Amino acid sequence: MVNALPASPAVREAAPVKGLLIGVSLLFLVLFLLVPLASVFAVAFRDGIGPYLQTFRDPDTLASIRLSLLATAIALPCNTVFGIAAAWAIAKFDFFGKSLLISLVDLPFSISPVVAGLTYVLVFGNHGWFGEWLSAHGMQVIFAVPGIVLVTIFVTFPFVARELIPTMTAQGSDEEEAALTLGANGWQTFFKVTLPNMKWALIYGIILCNARAMGEFGAVSVVSGHIRGLTNTMPLQIEVLYNDYQYVAAFAVASLLACLALTTLVVKSIVEWRTAPVEKETPWA
Amino acid sequence: MRRTILPGFGLTLGFTVCYLSLIVLLPLTATFAQSAKLGWHGFWQIATAPRAMAAYELSFGASLLGAAINFVMGTVVAWVLVRYRFPGHRILDSLVDLPFALPTAVAGIALTTLYAPNGLFGKPLAALGIHAAYTRLGIVIALTFIGLPFVVRTVQPVLAELDRELEEAAASLGAGRWQTFWRVIYPMIAPAAITGFALAFARGVGEYGSVIFIAGNMPMRTEIAPLLIVTKLEEYDYSGATAIAAVMLVISFVLLAAINTLQRWSGDRELAASG
Repeated sequence: MVNALPASPAVREAAPVKGLLIGVSLLFLVLFLLVPLASVFAVAFRDGIGPYLQTFRDPDTLASIRLSLLATAIALPCNTVFGIAAAWAIAKFDFFGKSLLISLVDLPFSISPVVAGLTYVLVFGNHGWFGEWLSAHGMQVIFAVPGIVLVTIFVTFPFVARELIPTMTAQGSDEEEAALTLGANGWQTFFKVTLPNMKWALIYGIILCNARAMGEFGAVSVVSGHIRGLTNTMPLQIEVLYNDYQYVAAFAVASLLACLALTTLVVKSIVEWRTAPVEKETPWA
Repeated sequence: MRRTILPGFGLTLGFTVCYLSLIVLLPLTATFAQSAKLGWHGFWQIATAPRAMAAYELSFGASLLGAAINFVMGTVVAWVLVRYRFPGHRILDSLVDLPFALPTAVAGIALTTLYAPNGLFGKPLAALGIHAAYTRLGIVIALTFIGLPFVVRTVQPVLAELDRELEEAAASLGAGRWQTFWRVIYPMIAPAAITGFALAFARGVGEYGSVIFIAGNMPMRTEIAPLLIVTKLEEYDYSGATAIAAVMLVISFVLLAAINTLQRWSGDRELAASG
């Protein structure tokens, strides 16, 4: 490739310039990323391992972890199935309105989480479109678990689809058409040809979706009602503990989410190294 | 339509459209329908009340500043990550995505603790007379954190694909390194950097979790627009919350259209650059 040859001296920076650029970048990333990340663990373990573990004996905190896991366990499969279906329709077929559909799939990313939460209040809340009907039938969505699950689905809606669409578009349909011609049926073709081809993009989309589902704050905050032990997810529990000045406990819960974020980054890097073209690894200078 | 023997078009497109309509379009329609109930005059009064205007101004101003910091620093970081190799290079490269992966509430309490008057960064800053936490500066810091990956991740691939022969041509024609950067490299990466800037700005305008802890949340001074929506909801002022949410939605749509245009422009340039 073009970049594989070592650069000639004329297109390299002088050593001091290079040193300065690296230094400035390191300083910026350390101050803005590394120190805040480290501080989560530093405060969580400020008083030792005992108080850290004590946090996870509190029933409200445990309930918040369970609720976050529940919301994620529902949102993840929903958006994965949607992502695969949307990617199949968009990547494998041409139809009228395709680019509009792609923009609409991405839409939840551009909407403020708070506005997302509010839109659900306006549909399912007491003053909302279905509010009267729901309360007449003894159902509650807003300030209850169903609302939390719904907004979690909303904010994580595009993740799987937007990873799969470019991958499947780039791969085209030749292999699937070959499989069908050789007598495989639609499902066989999907499971034996399409799924293995899009495996890494799918894994990547799912872990991003998972991280956001576990960590969503603004949207869930609007529809939760903040009932301790009932409608608080982990991020909301962090807020409650922090506002109660229980810093060690707040950061202990935060440390779990920080570990999840780090795991997400590790999986992301693995996926990227697995799928990266070889020439990308050739150093420049 | 392209001829294909693949099955499942009706099923997958039908499901996609239904799911999209239920999860995304229905709630958005509700917001506009409910704000339409206020009437144009009522809507305009709520949406342009002094407290709301102060909140938009703050959300826009702080997001612009945060995105501007990331425009410069993100370009520098992308350059360093693409062009130089040093110990810890790969770890730093992975770490750039941290603000995407770390829940906003976690970022919020971590930044607040660091920049509080007795915090690791807050203490030396306070000695210099700079108060970061619970001020507008704190909001800019949080939005800089949140927007950090955007410019890096839009510029990085363009820089990696850049044809090095162009730089060599510039050098052999007598251009200095700095001149080559400004005249040859920068015009190539500018569309990507501007796209990243716009993405960071759009994210910042709607950001809530990482900001509310560090902001101080004083009406007219340090109250961002998403917080004003939450406050109005907590006061059971549904029409107030809806009107401001509708304004935010329109802003989101405009930004989204702008970003799509930018991305197309950037994509054309990228194609030309890698030629």
